[in-house]
Amino acid sequence: MAEDVLKSGNLPENPERATLEGRNKFMGFWFFLGGETVLFASLFGTYLALRNSTVDGPTGQEIFGLGLVFLMTVILLTSSLTSVYAMYHMKNNDFKKMQLWLGITVLLGFAFLGLEIYEFVHYVNDYGFGFTTSAFSTAFYSLVGFHGAHVAFGLVWIISLMIRNHKRGLNLYNAPKFYIASLYWHFIDVVWVFIFTVVYLMGKVG
Amino acid sequence: MSTTAEKKAGFGSVLWDYLTTVDHKKIAILYLVAGLFFFILGGLQAMLIRIQLIAPDNEFISAQFYNEVLTMHGTTMIFLAAMPLIFALMNAVLPLQIGARDVAFPFINSLGFWLFFFGGIFLNVSWFAGGAPDVGWTAYAPLSLFSESHGVDYYAIGLQITGFGTLMGGINFIVTVVNMRAPGMTYMRMPLFTWTSFIASVLILFAFPALTVGLFLLTFDRLFGGNFFDPEMGGNVIIWEHLFWIFGHPEVYILILPAFGVFSEIIPTFSKKRLFGYSSMVFATILIAFLGFMVWAHHMFTVGLGPIANSIFAVATMAIAVPTGIKIFNWLFTMWGGNIRLTSPMVFALGFVPTFTIGGMTGVMLASAAADFQYHDTYFVVAHFHYVIVGGTVLGIFAGIIYWWPKMFGTMLNEKLNHWFFWLFFIGFHLTFFFQHFLGLMGMPRRYWKFLPDQGLDLFNLISTIGAFGMAIGTIIFLINVVMTQMKGEKVSGDPWDARTLEWAIPSPPPFYNFKQEPLVRGLDALWVEKMQGNGKIQPAEPLGDIHMPNRSFVPFVISLGLFIAGFGVMYQGAMWILAAIGFGITAGAMLYRSVKDDIGYHVHKEELEEEEGDGSNG
Ligand code: HEM
Ligand SMILES: [Cu+2]
Repeated sequence: MAEDVLKSGNLPENPERATLEGRNKFMGFWFFLGGETVLFASLFGTYLALRNSTVDGPTGQEIFGLGLVFLMTVILLTSSLTSVYAMYHMKNNDFKKMQLWLGITVLLGFAFLGLEIYEFVHYVNDYGFGFTTSAFSTAFYSLVGFHGAHVAFGLVWIISLMIRNHKRGLNLYNAPKFYIASLYWHFIDVVWVFIFTVVYLMGKVG
Repeated sequence: MSTTAEKKAGFGSVLWDYLTTVDHKKIAILYLVAGLFFFILGGLQAMLIRIQLIAPDNEFISAQFYNEVLTMHGTTMIFLAAMPLIFALMNAVLPLQIGARDVAFPFINSLGFWLFFFGGIFLNVSWFAGGAPDVGWTAYAPLSLFSESHGVDYYAIGLQITGFGTLMGGINFIVTVVNMRAPGMTYMRMPLFTWTSFIASVLILFAFPALTVGLFLLTFDRLFGGNFFDPEMGGNVIIWEHLFWIFGHPEVYILILPAFGVFSEIIPTFSKKRLFGYSSMVFATILIAFLGFMVWAHHMFTVGLGPIANSIFAVATMAIAVPTGIKIFNWLFTMWGGNIRLTSPMVFALGFVPTFTIGGMTGVMLASAAADFQYHDTYFVVAHFHYVIVGGTVLGIFAGIIYWWPKMFGTMLNEKLNHWFFWLFFIGFHLTFFFQHFLGLMGMPRRYWKFLPDQGLDLFNLISTIGAFGMAIGTIIFLINVVMTQMKGEKVSGDPWDARTLEWAIPSPPPFYNFKQEPLVRGLDALWVEKMQGNGKIQPAEPLGDIHMPNRSFVPFVISLGLFIAGFGVMYQGAMWILAAIGFGITAGAMLYRSVKDDIGYHVHKEELEEEEGDGSNG
């Protein structure tokens, strides 16, 4: 039976939860995301406490450009949608299409990350707004940077799954892996929605 | 890949076995050994503290060294002794109690251990690298920013690594309980140790990330020029205190709940009665966990959060005494009219109930915010938390170790020495800490290196130090007992205590697959039900068949080692950045390897199982 999980084709309806290992991963990952929520909540709390502590450095109002951030938001939200498509094709046992949509997800992820790096470089070069400028800047880079690091990690994760499995297709062993990677991606997206609101929108309003 | 338990006895093969094991029973032994090691280390530090305070104006150790010893004592005992010893019991017992063949994530389980272990070693490297952390186990900012040696960096990075391990352990146990219970093992039939460990794991999941963030902020401030806690740059030192206690208060319940569970197993067994008020016990456990997240600011009454905040947190804190009281009464009522056997675990339980009650009572005193301005940062607080942590958690851990020792090792610790251990430790404990209440009320501040003569503090401090020696001698007797018992190696049956729960239905120590056939659970106290209504043996829930087992793996060790190496690079920077690159490279490479390499485990075949002696039940 153990070897059966590596056979592709003829998968049950919810391949990610068809084995005990899969169900464990699925549930364990949800709990992990619960812990991640506390992690980001702590960072948000810290940020909220320090968002006006700009000392002599620039304020959020001065430097945030909503246009760029809006574009980033759209890109990341879209990537969440494309990862939903990928999972939809996983459940239909259509490996090729799943890979395709995951590929698009990854591209969007890279676009987001590229824009974020551009944003940070811009702040540092044009506004002298570095990590050590003020308590506000430290909190800003920590919160947004933590999220960015999560995005980068997710990209490496999804890409290695795609490469590892591109020859053999979907099976009961790797389906849970794909599924939780996509869960992670959604989580990152949700966190970004909060960052967009709390950091940028509230920052702009003052 | 071997399918049966190896019986090679060479040192190398045993070492390799433990370095790569994913068996929860062996991981339990790893946690036990490492936890006891750190317990002894922390104990030695405690002795240094008490010898320094044996007399006024003593010069036994320097002020700087005192600060380091004090800090490391607290940090070691909480993170490196109590936590792993609790994990040792959980690993040894929890899967057996729910009739599981293994935990949900055997690989992650082993990773959790190795992260904890390397984090602990990392922290202790500081002794040899310019000085240990010296700012108290709570590492309040801005003091922690001003500390000049790398000690606090060792603290932040070491605990960070250890904390990741704890988090993984917590998730593993949650999923194990939710998904891996045997047929018939409904939630409301779970033994109370499983329940409390389960809830403690939930607390770990939601509390530890706050510490993770706190430690990151501290690291950023100290090593990367961050400004979180630097008021000159707009930072705010209170953020650390909030994050630390949002973690820290749930942490004390993480420590005590499993101990509650241990006693809730021991008291029914040795009273020959089912636990009184089982469902109220479960309810109280959940309530304590829930309230535990809403009281953290009682550690910050004197910070100046204002009367409204202080009142709210004071009331919430006092409320916790209610579910705790429910538990105390349930234990008493379980004993009431029971057929009590005064075995050593039971004697520990009898010592625990009044001791913990006193600790809870001083807790409620501390919870009244106005009075706390007087108590705060005095020896009264020290007395309080030692009554609950030593009188609760540590007694619970040792009672659990003694109670489950036969299950873990197949041997029985000498009862006579166990009793000696208990009485020396127990009397020593009360001598050490009871009088600290009065020292605190007389105004002696905690954490001070010296106290002055002629202030009426001499006698109580002397008694306190004498008591500490009693605890130390008791612990030594326990260690001697362990060595003697294992050298004798006399085997006992699977159920030497005539106990009630599922783990006692299988041989001691259990075969590596735990249950040959999945057990069928027919009620609370599954084994007792069979003893009373059946033939004393657990019924199987399935015919004999192949058993799926996970493969051993060296990867968890490597992942943890990588972070250990990287820690030095992050700390020393400059040319040492190379270490960070190497370390993170090792960790990332090992994770990638884990991700792409298939690991589907193996099967123990039916035929092999049939060949093995007995029917896998207690016989
Ligand atoms: C009825 C239950 C309890 C109440 C009402 C209570 C209340 C308190 C309060 C108000 C403080 C702060 C005192 C101060 O710093 O001025 C405190 C400190 C502490 N408590 Fe408790 N507590 C309770 C149970 C426990 C338990 C079960 C544990 C651990 C197993 C525990 C461990 C601690 C520790 C470690 C500290 C001191 C932390 C430090 O400053 O280093 N408490 N408690
Ligand atoms: Cu507390």
